[in-house]
Amino acid sequence: MTVHPLKEEDLKRHPVVEDKPKARYSYTAGQALSVFLNGLKEGKILGRKCTKCGRIYVPPRMYCEDCFVPTSLWVEVKDEGVVMTAVASFISWTRERLDHPEIVGTIRLFPSTARDYVYPGLFHRICCSYEDVRNMTIFGKIVKARWKPREERTGSINDIECFEVV
Amino acid sequence: MRTNLRFRPVAVIGAGMTPFRRRMLDTPQELAWEASRRALDEAGLELRDVDCVVIGSAPDAFDGVHMKGEYLAHGAGGVRKPVSRVYVGGATGVMTAISAWYHVASGLCQKVLAVAEEKMSPGRPHPQSVFRYIWDPITEKPLNPNLIWIFAMEMHRYMNVNRVSKEDIALVSVKNKRNAKKNQYSQLGGDITVDDVLKSEVLVWPVQLLDVSPVSDGAAAMVLVSGDIARRYTDTPIWVEGVGWTLDNTSWPGRELAYPRYLENAARMAYKMAGIERPQKEIDVVEPYDPFDYKELHHLEGLLLAKKGEAPTLMREGFFDVDGEIPSSPSGGLLGVGNPIAAAGLMKTISIYWQLKGTAGGMQVKKSVHTGVAQAWGDLMQASTVIVMRN
Amino acid sequence: MEKVAVVGVGWYGFSPHVHDLSFREMMFEAASRAYYDAGGMDPRKDVDTFISCQEDFWEGISISDEFAPDPIGGAMRPTMTVAGDGLQGVAHGVMQITSGLADVVVVESHAKPSDIITFSDVVKLSEDPIYVRSAKVPNIHFVAALDATKFLSRGKATRADLAEVVSKNKSAGLSSSKAPYAARIDKDYVLSQDYVLTPFTRLDIAQPVDAAIVVVLASETVARRFSDTPIWIHGIGFATDSSNLELATLGEARYMRLAAERAYLMAGVESPLKFRGIFVDDRYSHKELEHLEALGITDVVEKLREGYFHPGSYLPVNPKGGLLAKGYPLEASGLSLLLDAVEYMREGEESAIVGSWRGFFTFTGSVAVMSR
Repeated sequence: MTVHPLKEEDLKRHPVVEDKPKARYSYTAGQALSVFLNGLKEGKILGRKCTKCGRIYVPPRMYCEDCFVPTSLWVEVKDEGVVMTAVASFISWTRERLDHPEIVGTIRLFPSTARDYVYPGLFHRICCSYEDVRNMTIFGKIVKARWKPREERTGSINDIECFEVV
Repeated sequence: MRTNLRFRPVAVIGAGMTPFRRRMLDTPQELAWEASRRALDEAGLELRDVDCVVIGSAPDAFDGVHMKGEYLAHGAGGVRKPVSRVYVGGATGVMTAISAWYHVASGLCQKVLAVAEEKMSPGRPHPQSVFRYIWDPITEKPLNPNLIWIFAMEMHRYMNVNRVSKEDIALVSVKNKRNAKKNQYSQLGGDITVDDVLKSEVLVWPVQLLDVSPVSDGAAAMVLVSGDIARRYTDTPIWVEGVGWTLDNTSWPGRELAYPRYLENAARMAYKMAGIERPQKEIDVVEPYDPFDYKELHHLEGLLLAKKGEAPTLMREGFFDVDGEIPSSPSGGLLGVGNPIAAAGLMKTISIYWQLKGTAGGMQVKKSVHTGVAQAWGDLMQASTVIVMRN
Repeated sequence: MEKVAVVGVGWYGFSPHVHDLSFREMMFEAASRAYYDAGGMDPRKDVDTFISCQEDFWEGISISDEFAPDPIGGAMRPTMTVAGDGLQGVAHGVMQITSGLADVVVVESHAKPSDIITFSDVVKLSEDPIYVRSAKVPNIHFVAALDATKFLSRGKATRADLAEVVSKNKSAGLSSSKAPYAARIDKDYVLSQDYVLTPFTRLDIAQPVDAAIVVVLASETVARRFSDTPIWIHGIGFATDSSNLELATLGEARYMRLAAERAYLMAGVESPLKFRGIFVDDRYSHKELEHLEALGITDVVEKLREGYFHPGSYLPVNPKGGLLAKGYPLEASGLSLLLDAVEYMREGEESAIVGSWRGFFTFTGSVAVMSR
């Protein structure tokens, strides 16, 4: 026996069994993320602080992974930070071509310093031009969250439209 | 020659794989069977001789089968035997070999078949869509991410921190696709230029089409046995001398991405076990995980084979070429051979095994080799698995 | 084989719906309790490797391994996933210890079936996609029913015996702190219920439950550092029969027989009757009897009728209620039986055998032989 590679056109010559998985979930947000999502509704980015090592977790966790103790303090971090990395996506999540690139990246939120290896950070859209990404000028820029109007917020990460350069 | 005397000796005595292709007619079970049969043939064993089976497979969602290990067991020879499946995302392939190692090293099994399979082609509308579910369901998935974002973000950070150019990164793609020409199993071997890479479709800047490994179907398998048994079947067993793995935290947006600290950790674990103190001097051939071209550079640094930020310079100088100081991805890697996730990781391990045995054919590197390293990577930029082998 | 000890156990949940904690927070709670139980060990320093047992479609996350390390103290440490039952994870832990790679291994497993909206559909995804799934059988318990019918057709057990198992286990669960489905019911009450699917009434089928469980394993050399009362694992085995439904054996649990053979050989077990307790998967009532048979116990039906398996009798089977009383926490089911066995032995009993199964549509089981 050997294996049988197929070309696109060969697919029609063979029976195909189609099935759409009916797998649906209602993820429990839990203690930490419930408060975080409610905070977003209020226009606040909330984190949890480990009082043993001082590390701030954003998005929050109820435990410190370094010290293995419960984090014990809610803190509000700034909705401002530094762009650590940014990319411009020309494809959608189903790999269709996009006309206008979607720009996303990670943001190191304040308070934190450039020397930190771990820091409160968010993955989100960044409102800037493709050029800014392409020539890397967006790296290291200070950005601030652009919030949706209060009445449109639902307690979701999408309550922040994007981060834009201050 | 075995040099690690602390652990019970474990040797690889056979390996086999299917060609990697965009889509196969064969079912996952049939692909696993084919690879397993070839591995057993090379080892000179029959299925009845095997006492345990270890399966490696990455997300169940690709094949659309829940509990995929159970499903695959039938094709992987796992009938009426101890069978289990290990899983560390993209790093699963090498973990499968590591797990087979401790099956034997523990004394619980004598002859183990390690099988890895992935069939990415069935996913609709595109296998890419499956990757939406790897993100945090509450804080990340609502942004509709795709897999390439993750790599693009890490690649751009790596380029920014280390001042690496796209041209230097493209050299990896050129090298690996060239190496893959000599590999009979490869999907995308060929001669391309840096220019071809830079002119290919921009997917997610800075990632372009030729920076990326393809979507593939395929399977790979290996036979690992205890030392005294190995001598009965072959004069040239290849010894597993070091294993290491590490998982970093889930909070990837909150950590530095320019350097894979988790890989350094995993590599140090494996090197310590194998008694390697100066990796760059002692390692002869390496198969770092290269689903994207920059990843090979990133991983060569994490494997301590280049200083931070220096891998691109060494790459440019030919240090990692097939005839260089430390040939890297002589098989052609994922970029050239294809990327059926778990099977690709095991393919890397098999490539090192064939190199050390001297049976790599056209892929055989010029220098004589004694110590080889294979590595895989996965999850949300957090997992690495490393295996060190010697002849 | 070098003995391996269980030096700490911790759990959280065993509720049909843990709505206030995410699965990660449940893992942390279970882990904190296990480390406290293991003499207050610090997982960041004292543990060599971590193993999590989970399956993607149960979690609703592809590569759910990503979420394994942080809540159990395994970030930046050797952490991996065994996509299988928790007891298979324990077997991997034992191998990592006896190979010399690790002295202390943490095994974790969790389940949050309450997060799964389409539970039956997710279970069906484990059927062979081309052949079995296309048949679109509406009830996910159909293989279990086929298996039970075949088991009953061998002529020894009757429907009333299955009802006796249900009554015994649900009542025994009343003494356990983690048995939400425990109830004081008798055999006749079970027999008076309507069939869901012959030969099962709804009481014959265990319900899924939310839970997280963490077990700390240690080598013989270091075990006493963490516990004055280690529970020893002398033998462990796991096996898959045939994963293809049409080729697997129904009416008997061959996977359990194969797993037991390996575990007994390793531990030097002469007869399972010499043990003080058996903790075996009973997510369908007939499975308890089928599994006991596979563990090498003869005349199980006669013994059941004589009361041989009841709590306080010669060989108590599932004296803490089994899965019928506790519910089955998906891949953590094996660990939940192990947890019961550890508690049982800490209460003074000498020895126990644990036998777990991954549930349909799998034919995979594991066996552990343990003593105080």
